[in-house]
Amino acid sequence: MYSNKFSRLMLGLCCRKSSAVCGVVRSGFSWTTVCQQRTLWLQRNDFLEMEKHTVLRQTGLAKPPGARSVSQTTVDPSELRRFQSLASKWWDEQGEFAALHAMNDLRVPFIRDNLLNVHRARHPGKPLAGLRILDVGCGGGLLTEPLGRLGATVLGIDPVENSIGTAQLHSSYDPDLRDQVSYQACTLEELSAEEEGGEQEQGAAQFDAVVASEVVEHLADLETFAFCCSNVLKPGGSLFITTINKTNLSYALGIIVAEQILRIVPNGTHDWEKFISPEELERLLESNGFSVQSVQGMLYNPLSGAWSWTNSTAINYALHAVRLKDAAEDSSPHPEDHAAAAHS
Amino acid sequence: MMHKLTKAPLALNGLGRCFNTEKHWSAVKIIRRGLVCAQHEGDSGKNEVYDVIISGGGMVGSAMACSLGMDPNLTGKKILLLEAGKKKVMDKVPDAYSTRVSSISPGSATLLSGIGAWEQISQMRCKPYKKMQVWDACSDALITFDKENLQDEMAYIVENDIIVAAITKQLEGLSDNVQVKYRSKVVKYTWPMPHQAADSIPWVQVTLANGETLQTKLLIGADGPNSMVRQELGIPTVKWNYDQSAVVAVLHLSEPTENNVAWQRFLPTGPIAMLPLSDTESSLVWSTSHQIAEGLLELDEESFVDAINSAFWSNENQSELIETAGSLFRGALSAIMPSAGSPRQLPPSVAGIGPKTRVMFPLGMGHASEYIRHRVALIGDAAHRVHPLAGQGANLGFGDVACLTQLLSQAAFNGKDLGAIQHLLEYETERQRHNLPMMAAIDLMKRLYSTNAAPVVLLRTFGLQATNMLPALKEQIMAFASK
Repeated sequence: MYSNKFSRLMLGLCCRKSSAVCGVVRSGFSWTTVCQQRTLWLQRNDFLEMEKHTVLRQTGLAKPPGARSVSQTTVDPSELRRFQSLASKWWDEQGEFAALHAMNDLRVPFIRDNLLNVHRARHPGKPLAGLRILDVGCGGGLLTEPLGRLGATVLGIDPVENSIGTAQLHSSYDPDLRDQVSYQACTLEELSAEEEGGEQEQGAAQFDAVVASEVVEHLADLETFAFCCSNVLKPGGSLFITTINKTNLSYALGIIVAEQILRIVPNGTHDWEKFISPEELERLLESNGFSVQSVQGMLYNPLSGAWSWTNSTAINYALHAVRLKDAAEDSSPHPEDHAAAAHS
Repeated sequence: MMHKLTKAPLALNGLGRCFNTEKHWSAVKIIRRGLVCAQHEGDSGKNEVYDVIISGGGMVGSAMACSLGMDPNLTGKKILLLEAGKKKVMDKVPDAYSTRVSSISPGSATLLSGIGAWEQISQMRCKPYKKMQVWDACSDALITFDKENLQDEMAYIVENDIIVAAITKQLEGLSDNVQVKYRSKVVKYTWPMPHQAADSIPWVQVTLANGETLQTKLLIGADGPNSMVRQELGIPTVKWNYDQSAVVAVLHLSEPTENNVAWQRFLPTGPIAMLPLSDTESSLVWSTSHQIAEGLLELDEESFVDAINSAFWSNENQSELIETAGSLFRGALSAIMPSAGSPRQLPPSVAGIGPKTRVMFPLGMGHASEYIRHRVALIGDAAHRVHPLAGQGANLGFGDVACLTQLLSQAAFNGKDLGAIQHLLEYETERQRHNLPMMAAIDLMKRLYSTNAAPVVLLRTFGLQATNMLPALKEQIMAFASK
């Protein structure tokens, strides 16, 4: 009883103390980790609140080259607020994100094996060594960390700063991850615009793979998303998507059962209107210069808490697409990448 | 953001500490991050984070280290083995046999050959046996186990020292992957919080007697039946002492034989077993009451040898009634299944014992109710201790090693944190599913044969005879025991 009160008091004191030096440490830290994004980051430091932040993103970005406009954001502001409140719960394996933790058993092998099909180099213990992966909508880094442990250099991006903070802190404890994963609080469009800018200086800024797991069902503009993915990927690079199909079954199970009855997923996480069928997603990607390699259904068993592959894509599914060599691409062509991609 | 920080403590009204810390988490994280970075930079030399630390370098612990060090998916992981004793190298096999031997099942032999130790063991010294005969002193009811008419080895009798020496040698060749600290004593373990909390290091910390502090993502406790890891974790253990001790010795046979049978006779005071070591030598494991055991240790050599021979040969515990009932039942069974069953053989007689080989130690059984905790797993005797009557102690431990290696290898290939609870839970489930029935069976055997009350003797006599007549059932039993 007393000890409880005492600990509460101590925690309170700690908190106040930390708040006092908070600002100093924050700016110092951001400087060192994301110094290549220095200008953008400093700008952002002045706009800590998310709404202002969104305004910045919508107005402050230069128009990207090319015919397409990405000036409008793919992030829905109301979605953003909800995830902010969830950010600190990311790493509880048995908590609200238990289903996402469990999904790693499918999505990590899916990404790993498809990449190994293309990049055949053997690195025992670090199968993905030498590959650069972008994890879009990384949240607390649930998928970013495993990919980093497999040897890939992974950049996780998420517009929610709280999630990025959680992810950065969590990975900072593990010395194996320190050089493998980095995080950045930004959107895909921002990153895509940066890549465009930086490409003239060095082509190495592009990614071997882009992962968007359980992300596209939260996006407002999929056309822009597909365009940006293509933009940051190397020719022949892989795009991995996992999401929820737009079927009656997915409405019944994904929203009614999962959110409202079983509470596997926090209530209000999903908006069925934004769900997308594999056919529609495939059409969208093909029209943006991708070739879809495989689509596989995934099934969650709420009793065992485990995911398994299934033939039916009626509820959840995973998709692997490869960016085709673009005729208009001005960077040097990679015929071998293309050939390998066609193989897989 | 700032006002949220100060408000947070007010919101904490008895929701449980974990939840509290989590709420704080997002608020405190930024300053934490700064501190963490500073700490890593300052102490990176001293406070290394290992991927796996194995505490205890006995047969099972060193096999674990070797098995992890050789797994291709775990290449590059930092593995450390802590052993309190000195390094046990064996340049030359000693002439005299050691009294501490293990029965190594084909499953365990597969594990040992996977880590390259089996080749050395067979070069040094081990004795395969092809048949096992178990019989009852009260009724002569017997059961024999053999593999397809003595074609294959049923199991091997190997000295524990030889197993450890062979694995130690393999570990020498793995020095890039596995680090070994001999003569290191752990004085303290510090356990991490289940969820990452603001003010704790997320790894297990191991403090050594020399003041060194190590950190690890996964601690494997292989520190024997009195496991410090298990005790410090407060894992409840179901255990009881059998009020029995085992007397072990190296026996010299009166004449050389093929010696490929393991013999075990159930006396009312406990089982006595003779396990082959060579054509002329066998190992004795005699489980009996503390009192008798002490008496056996004090006997002169000749009387001790007589006591052994009479324990294997004497009919003094048999009664007319049970003898008759047993032979009637056996007759009835062989009328139904003429081909099944096997005749009783007699064990070789003992002529002497190896000098200074008579030792006794108390017997007990224990089972940890949990094999795992957050970032910790128990293997071998730390998790389960059994009566030696079935020769399964080492095999259960090697089974743990094989299972945990496979799960950790898979976890690494899936990019998981090796200490994550998910695959450790799988380890616990899989091993308890195997170990518990085995332990229950061994304990039941022990209890069933600890009496000479007529109804129990009659029941076990019928049971044993019936089982002996059913090859399919015997095969099941053997398959289970040889995993």
